[in-house]
Amino acid sequence: MKPVNQKAWWLVLPVVLCVAFSAVLPLMTVVNYSVQDIISPERRVFVGTEWFAAVLRDADLHAALARQAIFSLCVLLVEVPLGIALALAMPAAGWRSSAVLVLVAMSLLIPWNVVGTIWQIFGRTDIGLLGSTLVRFGVDYNYAGNATDAWFTVLLMDVWHWTPLVALLCFAGLRAIPDAYYQAARIDGASKFAVFRFIQLPKLRDVLMLAVLLRFMDSFMIYTEPFVLTGGGPGNATTFLSQYLTQKAVGQFDLGPAAAFSLMYFLLILLLCFVLYQWMQRVGHDHPAEPLAHD
Amino acid sequence: MKLVLDRIAHRVGAEPYLHPLDLALHPGALTVLLGATRAGKTTLLRIMAGLDAPTRGRVLVDDVDVTGRPVRERDIAMVYQQFINYPSLTVADNIAAPLRRRSVRLPDREIEVRVREIATRLRIDGLLDRLPAQLSGGQQQRVALARALAKDAPLVLLDEPLVNLDYKLREELRDALTRLFATGSSTVVYATTDPTEALLLGGYTAVMDEGALLQYGPTAEVFHRPASVRVARAFSDPPMNLLPARMASGTLQLPGDVRWPVPMAGADMHVASTSGDLSSCTLGIRASALRLTSRVGDVTVRGTVALADIAGSDTFVHVHTAMGPLIAQLPGVHDFALGAPIALHVDPTRALLFDSAGLLHYAPATRAQ
Amino acid sequence: MARIELDLAHAYGPNPQHDRDYALRPLRATFDDGGAYALLGPSGCGKTTMLNLMSGLLAPSQGTVRFDGVDVTARTPQQRNIAQVFQFPVVYDTMTVAGNLAFPSRNRGVDARVIRERVGRIAELLELNGLLDTRASGLSADAKQRISLGRGLVRDDVSAVLFDEPLTVIDPHLKWQLRRTLKEIHAELKLTLIYVTHDQVEALTFADQVVVMMQGGIVQVGSASALYERPAHPFVGYFIGSPGMNFLSAANVNGTLTVEGVYVAAAPPQSGAFVIGVRPEYVTLCASDAPGALPARVTRVQDLGAYVLLTATIGHSDQGSAIIRARIPGDLPAPSQGEAVWICVLGPHSCVYTTAQLGELEGYV
Repeated sequence: MKPVNQKAWWLVLPVVLCVAFSAVLPLMTVVNYSVQDIISPERRVFVGTEWFAAVLRDADLHAALARQAIFSLCVLLVEVPLGIALALAMPAAGWRSSAVLVLVAMSLLIPWNVVGTIWQIFGRTDIGLLGSTLVRFGVDYNYAGNATDAWFTVLLMDVWHWTPLVALLCFAGLRAIPDAYYQAARIDGASKFAVFRFIQLPKLRDVLMLAVLLRFMDSFMIYTEPFVLTGGGPGNATTFLSQYLTQKAVGQFDLGPAAAFSLMYFLLILLLCFVLYQWMQRVGHDHPAEPLAHD
Repeated sequence: MKLVLDRIAHRVGAEPYLHPLDLALHPGALTVLLGATRAGKTTLLRIMAGLDAPTRGRVLVDDVDVTGRPVRERDIAMVYQQFINYPSLTVADNIAAPLRRRSVRLPDREIEVRVREIATRLRIDGLLDRLPAQLSGGQQQRVALARALAKDAPLVLLDEPLVNLDYKLREELRDALTRLFATGSSTVVYATTDPTEALLLGGYTAVMDEGALLQYGPTAEVFHRPASVRVARAFSDPPMNLLPARMASGTLQLPGDVRWPVPMAGADMHVASTSGDLSSCTLGIRASALRLTSRVGDVTVRGTVALADIAGSDTFVHVHTAMGPLIAQLPGVHDFALGAPIALHVDPTRALLFDSAGLLHYAPATRAQ
Repeated sequence: MARIELDLAHAYGPNPQHDRDYALRPLRATFDDGGAYALLGPSGCGKTTMLNLMSGLLAPSQGTVRFDGVDVTARTPQQRNIAQVFQFPVVYDTMTVAGNLAFPSRNRGVDARVIRERVGRIAELLELNGLLDTRASGLSADAKQRISLGRGLVRDDVSAVLFDEPLTVIDPHLKWQLRRTLKEIHAELKLTLIYVTHDQVEALTFADQVVVMMQGGIVQVGSASALYERPAHPFVGYFIGSPGMNFLSAANVNGTLTVEGVYVAAAPPQSGAFVIGVRPEYVTLCASDAPGALPARVTRVQDLGAYVLLTATIGHSDQGSAIIRARIPGDLPAPSQGEAVWICVLGPHSCVYTTAQLGELEGYV
């Protein structure tokens, strides 16, 4: 069908300009930096793929990447099942439902750096509720000094902060299941587990896909909270990818390698999201139904 | 209003939605667009409305070419099968909405009078202060119809407006609509999949099938003299019994070794053609032509009952016979057990014959009126 | 299988005071073991409420539900051993068709061999046997609904199978075949089947006994022909048949019958004012001197192929008082629009109602 007139393009123009200034131009600058050695603002040398090669050889980066991968995996393994469980436990209707919704959503409203600060205090062994309680029970807990403690505290903080997002998405997904399914299951004599396994879980598929993608991307780019809580330490125990990148770009002012790294980081996230999405698309569709002759 | 479609064709991508067709609507009359789902009815309505431009051909309104002119520059009203109303406006404001558009802006007093008048005729005058969400499905569709009809557009297009209502509501609203259309002030096009609805609406009927316009004419004429097997199939409910036949020495050979006498041409016959090839023709027997009581000269068919569908005033009996599956329409309620033997009788002069090319050869003459 | 007895009322809100507060007004109904029943009525008449009360998805706000004389009011659907099929297909997406059909029996720990045999039989009846190993999620709505039907029919020990408008999503051309399938299944499996619908064709075709409901109450229980020939209430005459029954005001004026104010030469069936109901199929054109002949003017002639539908106003003036419809068989001559005719409405098929009953119908329409 032929468009009636071309006026609509003018309405799109502001968005195109905004995107160009906020995303495309900066990205191009990064591309520019990644292939040059900037000695001073006036002197720059084209170095081709040298920075990319250097970054790929960087052992510290490899360690940060491994740490990051394990962290994101743990985040998904804990937050998704916990989120589903939370959603299933939430009341479906009435004032209780509204009250629980507000309570659950609370942590999502807190800014990242405030979350870091809250947990920094929460985990302190002298005045923090968590830290002092653990110490009182004889646990040798010190997130500032012990690498394992620090790592678990960051994970716990992320779980506390973001599981509600998964829970809210699942809650919405559960409410969208028509009542007839539950009625049919009652009549078929299905157990609670069977209802979960054969109705709720399959119907939550799309919502869960969204939740996994969101949580994966966010956790893979985590920066503020560990930065505030541990500063990446002790040692490098909680230095994740974006923090490593910042150290390089801001701390050491290695703009070339930092730019090359940024680009690879960006492409890596894109690639992992794509792979994850494709894989999840196939889950639950491993035997595509044959088309019917009379269709 | 005079609406002419001149060699209209429409395709989306490589897929033809409409094959080239010509259609000149009778001005001020009701035209029924009859066809199964995906026959091209909605595509044709959208082209008439100006919601879509045809890939080929011209749309002429009162002899002016309006092809490609956007819908808001044309004066038309359209009603859909979904009940579409403005959810935040009262019934009165919903109906008045098209009258308050800047281009037609009427004085408030006149709008009020018009709204009340159309609401009364559609029996929603007691609901004018309600919101659409407070109404039943039937009432919501009455409001949508009232809004479409309030502005007195010269062209009114309805796309299966009653299909989502229960059959009793459908009967009542159809009656109300035909009374409104009878004034002849608008050219009305009414798309439906239901042949009985076409007959109840009367007027003219355009039969469509797979994107092609098969036949256009007065509804009763198209029904009684379908130009082809395809028209007969599309315009019969219950479906016409269509049996493969072979002309041999003056009689028709039907499956199951049944001999069917060919009636003499006479006053009770409408002969459409005298030439067509009858070597592999099709005999059409209307479900209503089959009876339980026998008369002189009848052909008798025996079989077993597959199902008796009781539709209130009629019973549709599905029968397995040596000739193939048949459907008989019997007035009143008849209860048959599944598999019960049954004998059906039919007057051979009441059948239709289509030649080898599927075109009408002869049909019984319509009743004396 | 069980004989189901209802003696109950149901209101969704607390403290029902008036009739209109009830989704189901106090009623008694009995459904015999092995029967095929339909609950027929327009939307909002309480038929689905009644179904859910039988299955146990809903508890009545007062009264009891009995299965074979045992009070089961407090029991769950599982305990009542009920099967129910809903308006829209409910399939377990991740299971195969066979898995879906076997699910209700598996949940009850039925022997695997018995399940396989029964699933095979049901699949054959519903023409699903070619799809047994296919995943249920990608099938057409029609196939999915046949799976839902199959799950309802797979247990042979159920008290009853309840259907809630099960053919809504089925393609119109396939509906009659499924109606036939359901009748065959009833004949073969001898289950108690209860079928809720607003469609007269489905109710009259499927059921041995049709329960016609209106505004939360039962107006008549009977066979298709009883409902057609002898509607117990104007609503039944109106709701069954297309078009529905004609209603004419009549009165006994000093021993003479008047219909719509016209004196007719016939004996009045009762005294006072009443209503005569006659189906359009039984309205005939007659000579002016025929007993009971009423003058009328034809206002509309619709040729429906099988018959001609006449709309006429009674009385010879253009401002006739009552509208009447008549179905003239296709092989009889029909008058044309504007013609003055004489019609007969009295005969063995005409029914008599009270004006109060007609008032209830007009409150509904």
